[in-house]
Amino acid sequence: MSASGLAVGVQETVAPPRRRTSPMIYFLLAIAALLVVSLVRVLTGAGNLTSSGTVAAALTAAVPIALAGLAGLWSERAGVINIGLEGMMVLGTFGAGLFGWQWGPWAGVLAGVVLGAVGGLIHAVATVTFGVDHIISGVAITLAAPGLTLFLAKLYFTDAPGGGQKQSPPIEDVPHVTIPGLSSVLADIEQQQWFFVSDLAGLLRGLTTDVSLLTLLAVVLFFVTAYVLWRTAFGLRLRSCGEAPHAAESLGVNVYKYKYAAITMSGALAGLGGAILAVASSQFRDGQTGGRGYIGLASMIFGNWRPGGVAAGAGLFGYTDAMQLRGEGAVHALLLLLGIALLVLAVVQLRAKRYVVAGVATVIGALFILWFALTDQVPPELVSAAPYVVTLLVLSLAAQRLRVPKWIGRTYRRGEGG
Amino acid sequence: MGRISLRSVGLGLAAPVGALVFALLVCGVILSITGHQPFDVAEDMIGSLERPRTVANSLNSATTYYLSAVAVAIGFKMRLFNIGVDGQYRLAAMLAAALAGASFMESLPSVLRILMTILAAMLVGAIWSGIAGFLKVTRGVSEVISTIMLNAIATALVAFLLNPDRLAVTVAGSNNIGTAPITEGGQVPGIPYSGSSSDVFGLIVLAAVVGVAYWFMLNRTRFGFDLKATGESESAAVASGVNVKKMVLASMLLSGAVAGLVGMPQLLGASHSYSLDFPAGLGFTGIAIALLGRNHPIGMAFAAFLWGALDQTSNVLDLSGVPKEIVVIMQGVIVLSVVIAYELVRRYKLRLEQRDVGRALGTTKTPEEVQA
Repeated sequence: MSASGLAVGVQETVAPPRRRTSPMIYFLLAIAALLVVSLVRVLTGAGNLTSSGTVAAALTAAVPIALAGLAGLWSERAGVINIGLEGMMVLGTFGAGLFGWQWGPWAGVLAGVVLGAVGGLIHAVATVTFGVDHIISGVAITLAAPGLTLFLAKLYFTDAPGGGQKQSPPIEDVPHVTIPGLSSVLADIEQQQWFFVSDLAGLLRGLTTDVSLLTLLAVVLFFVTAYVLWRTAFGLRLRSCGEAPHAAESLGVNVYKYKYAAITMSGALAGLGGAILAVASSQFRDGQTGGRGYIGLASMIFGNWRPGGVAAGAGLFGYTDAMQLRGEGAVHALLLLLGIALLVLAVVQLRAKRYVVAGVATVIGALFILWFALTDQVPPELVSAAPYVVTLLVLSLAAQRLRVPKWIGRTYRRGEGG
Repeated sequence: MGRISLRSVGLGLAAPVGALVFALLVCGVILSITGHQPFDVAEDMIGSLERPRTVANSLNSATTYYLSAVAVAIGFKMRLFNIGVDGQYRLAAMLAAALAGASFMESLPSVLRILMTILAAMLVGAIWSGIAGFLKVTRGVSEVISTIMLNAIATALVAFLLNPDRLAVTVAGSNNIGTAPITEGGQVPGIPYSGSSSDVFGLIVLAAVVGVAYWFMLNRTRFGFDLKATGESESAAVASGVNVKKMVLASMLLSGAVAGLVGMPQLLGASHSYSLDFPAGLGFTGIAIALLGRNHPIGMAFAAFLWGALDQTSNVLDLSGVPKEIVVIMQGVIVLSVVIAYELVRRYKLRLEQRDVGRALGTTKTPEEVQA
């Protein structure tokens, strides 16, 4: 069996003429989205929807997911599926716990990165050197990592001050920064509850007030990734290994080396995500990652294997995550948002003459709006399913726009090119 | 030919045995580094296997693991990766438990009650996996991703339904909540195991039946042949007239139906209610066992018992101060090293075959003779 699976159901689409969307389009789209959110806020009176507190919480929640997504991006761009992200994140949280409480948060973060990279290296040995199915290797790593960390936690944390069998002693947080002056001005505007303007202020204030240095590090890593993978020879070669490894080989690229580099980097980033998760919640706990590695993977697919898309996807998931903590009114308003988003998607699909998809999107969107209209609140248990439902909807309604690396999930052996 | 088949049997066993030895080595090293005596640990674990109760519990764990492995293996046989067994069995067990515990079931005869419970579980499991199958054949959504998403959605759904306002009641004398307890008539009696205080699950019979049915389906039916053919070569299967879309949907449904059974031995034999502490994560164990047992009905049975015995014997370790998670590490190492070992053996076999072919050709004709 192979991770690439069966070809059934996958529509071979002829590549559309490359039409570069200018950054301006994305900017306008973001403005439009904020307008819709703002409208929903005014309609429902759920002020939490765009408050700076929500935005800040969403940012904190999004960072580990975003790094997991970025980790997946590195690996999959080199053609290797990394479903072991969850396990590598677990290793990262443990590294942060083990070193963080003794030598400070930065040492913890570094240890998390190193342990994650080791997890990535194991994945690389299994998938690249031994040609093992990518998904099997990933599942094995995800199975073993929590066992290993819990084993070591019981040995090293049980007798430590403030530690326990399943948790590390407290870790200090890294410094947080605020842009001086701006924050208070934005706070005043946010108080006014003006349409759009206050929402924008809330958004900006959440993004500029009390931001952890680790969050800034994550943002920098997104730009570094975009630059390295798309603007350097190294990145071009790495991506060629994910598209056509035999062609790359014929041009003298050492495919094994690039795959190793990509997967190790992937593990390191996942470890960083786990470490940041542990530092942000001031300790390592067993089961802390809670499936974030998988959500990261989802955000990567959602983001169409591009750094900007990954960031947007992670932001969306972080936002729904933050919403769960923000009271039921806001959660209820999310239903309306989701409904409107689906209707917008339906219009887009209609213009592309995909009538069936447009019809399905309309029906589901209408159902969400109906649900919103007929109820006063959403059971909090169901909200946690939102990111997954959204991912399934995106995958099934917009799959034809996704551009998967060509050689993804397939085994490559040197010198076996047809 | 006899020599070759002996060789292939030897090579077939080399991989799992080698992987086990390697896993033992890794765990020995980890134990030594962390200041424990590996041999004492092994002795403790093997010693505990002499107690009948440990054996009975190992059999019980193995029953559950085996069902989970068969569910995974049905997908594996045609290169479908049903990671969603986990969500499928939890949702199925929960809803089946709610049905079995409902008061209107009291008046029905016992056999009918049990049968209805099991069928309900299979139905729910099949529906949940069917979503992934449907999305795969209609929209080309990878079943790996969709089943991961469905696992998480199942978790949320179970949490939503397992609420005193909906399907759950509070369990007397604790702050646990679960579905209404299944009364005597809906339970499956256990099989007494001499010297053990806990019975062996009565539904171990069900696991055996599923195993035989799995073997029969693969080797004696048209469907099983098509299933294997699709897994070996999709294009060849299409050429011989197999409707791959139909096969994907059918095998996903079948896999999900078996996944629905995973929770049944525990539910009807011991828990009698689906509560917050119902075992979770069995779907992932099933993946490991299917890999170790190479999707073979008998191989998976051995693997399931090995897993169950590892789990149950590890309970003695906490008494001697060794965290029992060493067993989880061992299981993870086994999975990874067994697939690597299978790959190495496959390459080695290929080289042997090439050499054999080369030798056979060499003795009949030399290149010069061929040209002449």
